[in-house]
Amino acid sequence: MIPELGHFALIVALLLALIQAILPLYGAQRGNLTLMAVARPAAQGQLLFALIAFICLAWSFLANDFSVLNVARNSFSQLPELYRFTATWGSHEGSLLMWVLILAFWSAAVSVFSRHLPEDMAARVLGVMGLISVGFLAFLLTTSNPFERLLPAAMDGNDLNPLLQDWGMIIHPPMLYMGYVGFAVAFAFAIAALLSGKMDVAWARWSRPWTTVAWAFLTLGIVLGSWWAYRELGWGGWWFWDPTENASFMPWIAGTALMHSLAVTEKRGAFKAWTVLLALVAFSLSLLGTFLVRSGVLSSVHAFATDPARGAFILGFLAVVIGGSLVLYAWRAPKMVTGSGFTWFSRESLLLANNVILIAALGSVLLGTLYPLFMDAMGLGKISVGPPYFNAVFVPLMAPALFLMGVGPLARWKEASLPDMVTRLKWALVVALATGLLLPLTQDGFNAWASLGFFLAAWITLAVAAAFIDRLKHGQGGLLQKLAALPRGFWGMQLAHFGMAVGIAGIAVVANYSSERDVRMEVGSYAELAGYTFTFRGTTMYEGPNYRAARGTVEVSRNGKAVATLHPEKRTYNAAGMGMTEASVHPNFFRDIYVAMGELLDDQGDTWTVRLFYKPFINWLWLGTLFMVVGGFMAAFDKRYRIALRRSEVPKNLAAQGA
Amino acid sequence: MAMKPRHRKLALIVLVVATLGVAVALVLNAFNSNLVFFFSPTQVANGEAPTSRAFRIGGLVEEGSIRREADGLTTRFAVTDTAKTMPVIYTGILPDLFKEGKGVVAEGRLGADGLFAATQVLAKHDENYMPPEAASAIEQAQKAQQTVAE
Repeated sequence: MIPELGHFALIVALLLALIQAILPLYGAQRGNLTLMAVARPAAQGQLLFALIAFICLAWSFLANDFSVLNVARNSFSQLPELYRFTATWGSHEGSLLMWVLILAFWSAAVSVFSRHLPEDMAARVLGVMGLISVGFLAFLLTTSNPFERLLPAAMDGNDLNPLLQDWGMIIHPPMLYMGYVGFAVAFAFAIAALLSGKMDVAWARWSRPWTTVAWAFLTLGIVLGSWWAYRELGWGGWWFWDPTENASFMPWIAGTALMHSLAVTEKRGAFKAWTVLLALVAFSLSLLGTFLVRSGVLSSVHAFATDPARGAFILGFLAVVIGGSLVLYAWRAPKMVTGSGFTWFSRESLLLANNVILIAALGSVLLGTLYPLFMDAMGLGKISVGPPYFNAVFVPLMAPALFLMGVGPLARWKEASLPDMVTRLKWALVVALATGLLLPLTQDGFNAWASLGFFLAAWITLAVAAAFIDRLKHGQGGLLQKLAALPRGFWGMQLAHFGMAVGIAGIAVVANYSSERDVRMEVGSYAELAGYTFTFRGTTMYEGPNYRAARGTVEVSRNGKAVATLHPEKRTYNAAGMGMTEASVHPNFFRDIYVAMGELLDDQGDTWTVRLFYKPFINWLWLGTLFMVVGGFMAAFDKRYRIALRRSEVPKNLAAQGA
Repeated sequence: MAMKPRHRKLALIVLVVATLGVAVALVLNAFNSNLVFFFSPTQVANGEAPTSRAFRIGGLVEEGSIRREADGLTTRFAVTDTAKTMPVIYTGILPDLFKEGKGVVAEGRLGADGLFAATQVLAKHDENYMPPEAASAIEQAQKAQQTVAE
């Protein structure tokens, strides 16, 4: 009964989404306030029914209802309860249901926090989000019903892929989707603006906090995925330029460009058409990412062709959304009025350069991701584009953007003075150059890439400091009072930029000074790596809830002093007999020591191949990105958005009359 | 001195063109040296694969072909597309899902002696998942065999 209830709730959600899409959009065109007023309750009702559907699916997983196909394929009776719950979004169907749920959540959030918007604007934004919802709900119900029954019911399930049985994987998809789907809000604002023809500074102010929050969630989602891959895949890598990774990275790059372009539109009224275009692009790339990962096109172009229902639906949906929004853009954008002018050296021009570079970098990632698919689909042979391509293109393209990151926040709007900037930043430049040149010398051998990374990290950090010094010269009171008086938007931006610097430093070190060894180890034998001694003390067998494991003991010491005792595991999962390597990591602020078990070489269980890693500064990478996430949230909750909210109470009434 | 709209547009175009130029130059350069092509064991046997650069091979790990050398880290095995077989040598830890009779993709170089020295053996995330390259290699070999039989 429960799965049918869930299925029914999804159908109700689809009907509500249709109402949410059609009536308010029509009402907004006609100036009919009654029809426009339907948007909010419809969005909230949709959230309620999407939530009911989600709870029904989660219940089926928790209750081990193997008469549901999705549960039989992706769960197992011995699976711990927590993973049975998270298996709810471990499958294709379940993750799409989560997509729908999160979209409904964002729509409901817009319905609550849009009281200050003119009625027609709110109705259009919610209407567009309703349209997106209709597309996804129809996709779910027609091609990927998560509640499909299996008759006769399976005795037991096939198990959740063991790689997904990890808490990094529990929160990675929801966070990633909060980001992906969050760009739907920016997209809906852009479409609403194009429909109404009202492209003003207020529009940018409304959509800016939503975009920043979505960006922060997406950043968190990507980092969690990277952190999961690092710990769980047992290869010690944190970014592989894999198409599934690129699928989430491309919307992130577009979203980053959008955030910066929105700043110009809000503050100066410039770049309007460009900002709208970026909002369309960011969400289109989110859809493309969903398509790439969910249609099966990545595992095989031909599988996509032979089982076309899902792929064709998403491709058609993609064409409608991207094509439709671009046509609307081409029709409406020329009417937008350009804002006030600026000189070649100003904050506007620097942010413009940032945008151009980001889009070029985005293009290079897009090409590297889609080109192999294109070649394969055309029957021109199978190729793969690996990390060397992306590193050779992406890093040199991004380096100038990262350099400008130091200059931009200090430059004045409209017209900045070059001599003035030189005075303010010359010491930062000298110190950063010295850091870049000298720091690699403390390691064995000079390395140009590490040098570039250290220079950029130091440069951005010093520029952040210079921005604070600049701000603290003015104002009254003590240092703490002055710091507290700085707006949250300023704090957020500086913290995110500083996070980038910390992350770059981490990447520069870990990419150039890591070391690893594959060794054969017997009980009592030892191996050396990066000044650490690893002694193997053998393995013991133990039974996990749904697996058996050989648990190794490796003692790590340095100069005779014990550092850590690590317990890497080699697991065999009961359901399918699948083997899994569970690495063991000893982290600290300056390095990770990482041990993974390879293969058993004898019958007694005494001799193994073991993989040892020394990963310096890897945790700076996670720490830096965490700063970026926190910075994003701080900026989104800046006071001026709430003040603007109160101020716009009056125009709201005027707009309602005018509509 | 604010720029005139016409000048601003010109400056913008110059900036965009310059950045795109750099991007295209980087992409072309990187594409040339970093694209990795895929060949099936049959194609390698026909001499279609290059000896001067790295490429990928794929197919099934032949039953009974895995031999481990005394150091415990070097492994020899054979990759087959059911028509032709080629010997591979790899030093390092193999992925969890590397098994006889299962699909595999390896990247490396072909030696003059016909031995493929792999630098990377690719891991996939699912027990029943066949690497697409391996699947297509087998498919093509079987098609070719059928044509010959007819």
